[in-house]
Amino acid sequence: MVEVRVEEVSKAYGKVAALKGVSQRFASGAMTAILGPSGCGKTTLLRCIAGFLAVDLGRIRFGVDDVTELPPQQRGTAMVFQNYALWPHMTIFENVAYGLRLQKVASDEIHRCVLRVLELVEIGSLSDVETRRPGALSGGQQQRVALARALVVQPKVLLMDEPLSNLDAKVRQRLRAELRRLQKQVGITAIYVTHDQEEALALADTVVLMNQGQIVQTGTPQDIYLKPSTAFAAEFLGVSNQIDGEAEAGRLRIAGQRVPYAGSERGPVTVIFRASDVQIEAAPGTERAETISVCGELEESLFLGAHYRHYVRLPGAVVMADSADPKPMGAVRIHVPLEKVHPYHA
Amino acid sequence: MPASGMMRPTLRMAGFVVAALIIFGPLSSLVIWSFAEKWYWPHLFPQQLGFLYWAKVFQGDMLRALQDGLVIAVVVTALTLVITVPLAYVLARMPIPLKPVILMVFLLPQAFPQLPVFVNSMTLLYRVNLGGKLGGVILIHMVGALVFAVWTMTAVFKSVPETLEEAAINLGASRLKTFWSVSLPLATPGIVASTLLVFLYSLDEFTGTLLVGSPFVLTLPVYMYRTSVGYELQVASVSALLLMVPGIVLLVMLERYMKSEYLSMFGRI
Repeated sequence: MVEVRVEEVSKAYGKVAALKGVSQRFASGAMTAILGPSGCGKTTLLRCIAGFLAVDLGRIRFGVDDVTELPPQQRGTAMVFQNYALWPHMTIFENVAYGLRLQKVASDEIHRCVLRVLELVEIGSLSDVETRRPGALSGGQQQRVALARALVVQPKVLLMDEPLSNLDAKVRQRLRAELRRLQKQVGITAIYVTHDQEEALALADTVVLMNQGQIVQTGTPQDIYLKPSTAFAAEFLGVSNQIDGEAEAGRLRIAGQRVPYAGSERGPVTVIFRASDVQIEAAPGTERAETISVCGELEESLFLGAHYRHYVRLPGAVVMADSADPKPMGAVRIHVPLEKVHPYHA
Repeated sequence: MPASGMMRPTLRMAGFVVAALIIFGPLSSLVIWSFAEKWYWPHLFPQQLGFLYWAKVFQGDMLRALQDGLVIAVVVTALTLVITVPLAYVLARMPIPLKPVILMVFLLPQAFPQLPVFVNSMTLLYRVNLGGKLGGVILIHMVGALVFAVWTMTAVFKSVPETLEEAAINLGASRLKTFWSVSLPLATPGIVASTLLVFLYSLDEFTGTLLVGSPFVLTLPVYMYRTSVGYELQVASVSALLLMVPGIVLLVMLERYMKSEYLSMFGRI
């Protein structure tokens, strides 16, 4: 249980800067998700923490120890890989026992620890783990074994590099919940890299959003989701609507309408809001207070299972709106509560 | 449906027959020659068949040639393995400078025509008193063996996913420990395949052996060559057939070994 501190870390591959002076604390005993699109530097950051990559600049500390110069063998991290990285020529038992054997733990002690941790990750029947190889297991089971292999050495820090992204949706959701439970139960400092915003929100105590080698925003999942700090953050977190507007003191001009505005942006802005926050009313409808209310044309509706997604053409933009029930095509009025609308400097 | 159902096996049989003719046709003349005690033109088949030449071959130089050839092949294979396995691992994994140059150097002898390369090596080897000796032949075999082994084994080590090694390093294993416990076992099927092919290459090598080893070092291919230019076609045929035995045996082994190993090792990762 240590706090991991990354201080002003930079890393370049040739001329391409992968990390540009990243600083971040990863709280001890908490699960932190590093979230971002591919190529944003999240995996590079994780590999720098693990020691597989040497940083160009900056320091990495585990608690009071500066580990920047330590080789990966001496950092006491344990990694869970996207492709499981189980050794196909060893039995399940030997895979998990590997780290303990390196530490020269007595063999009956190894036996006890391995079986206990395999039980912890709920691998199912333990009777044949000493004869079966990981290749005989499903992807989800393999990742449980990989997790057991990482946890059995009681690492200071658990690092996970997109551990669920090779699994199908159902297994992924199940394992997500179990990862969360396990991490809380063991109380280990965990860093979890993912490009899946839903996964990051569901799993983490803290979400670190990265883009282009820099940290964009850090916060609780609720903060990140409800108060994205930039247009990138909003867009990456699944905000589906972006329309152009104009901000001035006290006023926001958007889709031909002026609404009250208390924020500090001035000039051209990108206004962002979620499809689920848009309400549709048959035209002509009535204007509401504290709401953007604009008339448009409902052009298209798609049934997506949980809800309908409607495409409404406004003057100069198409807005997506979700609703639980179908809506008639044609003239409509849409309402977006002002508190759900985020203007960002364009 | 029944018609085509009947046709299929017939067609397939015909295909097998044609393939068998193409593969075994030329070989069959070897078999016939090896048993021909008397065969003169214009007879289509030998006038007299028998084991005379088989008996003759097993009495003469042939056994010594076979033995020498095996000794050379074993030594060449062992030396090649010892040199190539670490080298190939380093080439596959470490960011060493001039990697393409090193790999090219191993290809260089193959880039030039074999004969001048071997003739040059021959004069060199005679100068250092290795001409006509087993040592010289072993060295000349290694030129070809190394080219082959370095390239294939580098590919074999590259095919071992790097994350499997990182997983071991991450848990505290040293580079060496990682190599012994992860990389080497996973590369074993490929190394075995490459080793068998090096062994066969050495056993069948002819040009270099003839130039460097003659007249004192005699392997089966050289023996066969000598007998056939001496118009002892029967002896040549017998030795040719014998020469094929290790090849067939090893290739069967190779195929079986690679299949089962690749299935259990690489099949599900």
